[in-house]
Amino acid sequence: MDGVGVAAARTGGFPWYSPVPALRTVRARAGAQVTNDELCRLVSAIAVDSDREAFARLFRYFAPRLKGFGLRRGVDATAAEELAQETMLTVWRKAASFDPSRATVSTWIFTIVRNKRIDMFRRTGWPEADLEEAGDPPSEDRLPDENVVVSQAGQAIRSAVKTLPKEQIEILEKAFFEEKSHRAIAEEMKLPLGTVKSRIRLALARLRVALPEGHA
Amino acid sequence: MITHHPPFDLLCDYAAGASGEGLALAIATHVAMCATCREQVSQIEAVAGAMLEGVAPAAMSDGALALALDQLDDMDVEPARAAPRFDALTAGTIPLPLRRYLSGNLSSLPWKSMGRLFQEARLPLSGKAVKASLMRLRPGSLMPRHTHRGHEYTLVLAGGFRDGDEAFAPGDFCAKDVAHQHQPVVDEDEECLCLVVLDAPVKLTGAIGRLVNPFLRF
Repeated sequence: MDGVGVAAARTGGFPWYSPVPALRTVRARAGAQVTNDELCRLVSAIAVDSDREAFARLFRYFAPRLKGFGLRRGVDATAAEELAQETMLTVWRKAASFDPSRATVSTWIFTIVRNKRIDMFRRTGWPEADLEEAGDPPSEDRLPDENVVVSQAGQAIRSAVKTLPKEQIEILEKAFFEEKSHRAIAEEMKLPLGTVKSRIRLALARLRVALPEGHA
Repeated sequence: MITHHPPFDLLCDYAAGASGEGLALAIATHVAMCATCREQVSQIEAVAGAMLEGVAPAAMSDGALALALDQLDDMDVEPARAAPRFDALTAGTIPLPLRRYLSGNLSSLPWKSMGRLFQEARLPLSGKAVKASLMRLRPGSLMPRHTHRGHEYTLVLAGGFRDGDEAFAPGDFCAKDVAHQHQPVVDEDEECLCLVVLDAPVKLTGAIGRLVNPFLRF
């Protein structure tokens, strides 16, 4: 069992690090948390060698999470699974655009699933200023240090998220998982818009503390 | 230098994928021009990425991986960058997220003249509820005084204008709603090119403007 589940069980747990035994089994089957370095190697193997085994390993790790992510959006299991499939196929096609000095693999995949979700469930276009295309293509001569900084920052955020108060987590989940704007969250929770704004700001400010210099 | 940024909640809605397409277009274009906001959006996305990894996994059906692997056979890994297809002026003035909404170069867009003050080229959004346009404002012109029935988001792409005490230059983002009445004045020395996103028609408030209001198409 990975440390996340143990920590969650001890503290009562946050909704998505559920210590429910059934989910533990799924987690174990889907593999415990993998380091960003390992995930980067898998994406790179796809980009460089069209490595199908690397794709299969990424799929086993991310597809169930992406399906879970789709379910949180409130769509049925079939649609959630299709979202996971489509996202993973895009991961394959776009692997060469992934730049490990700018984002972790999970952040990159979030931007892909976010766009797929809009495309599939909202059926509108989405103007992307995204990590994969906004700037120059990944360069060969980039300092490896930058990748390390991004990886460490990703790990720091993952740990810091677990320390957020419940009401901040709840709102971040509504934004990221349920695709709700500040305004929609305020209406749904019958909270003043200002309260929603400040909770999200507080949560993000707290997470940013965990980021090293230059990424703060 | 960019001095007017989108409010933080709009950046956050954008990063979460919760904005409408029109507003997202204005934010994405600003973000492409503004390193500060790009960093903010990246940070918000990093949090979302960490949370995605923490989502309770839901088991995929049997054969899901085999199905995906089958489909890979028909799919190549794309090279990192597509070839440009715009002229230097267009590519230099219009950031990538907005360029994808253009039917051609700036010089060949279907510009419609609205009186002598400005020319407008409407951009194709998926829905009809929100309108996004490029506007070319004549140097030194005084825009009609107006207020808003909904939200108005303006992003300066070239040139600039003054609105009351504030100056807007390329990259600057201006958000107005029903609470604001304003009358932008375009800088003297050059034409101003803006992206304007409206979710309801503006309402002219000058004497002549009031006569024109019923004819304002959206």
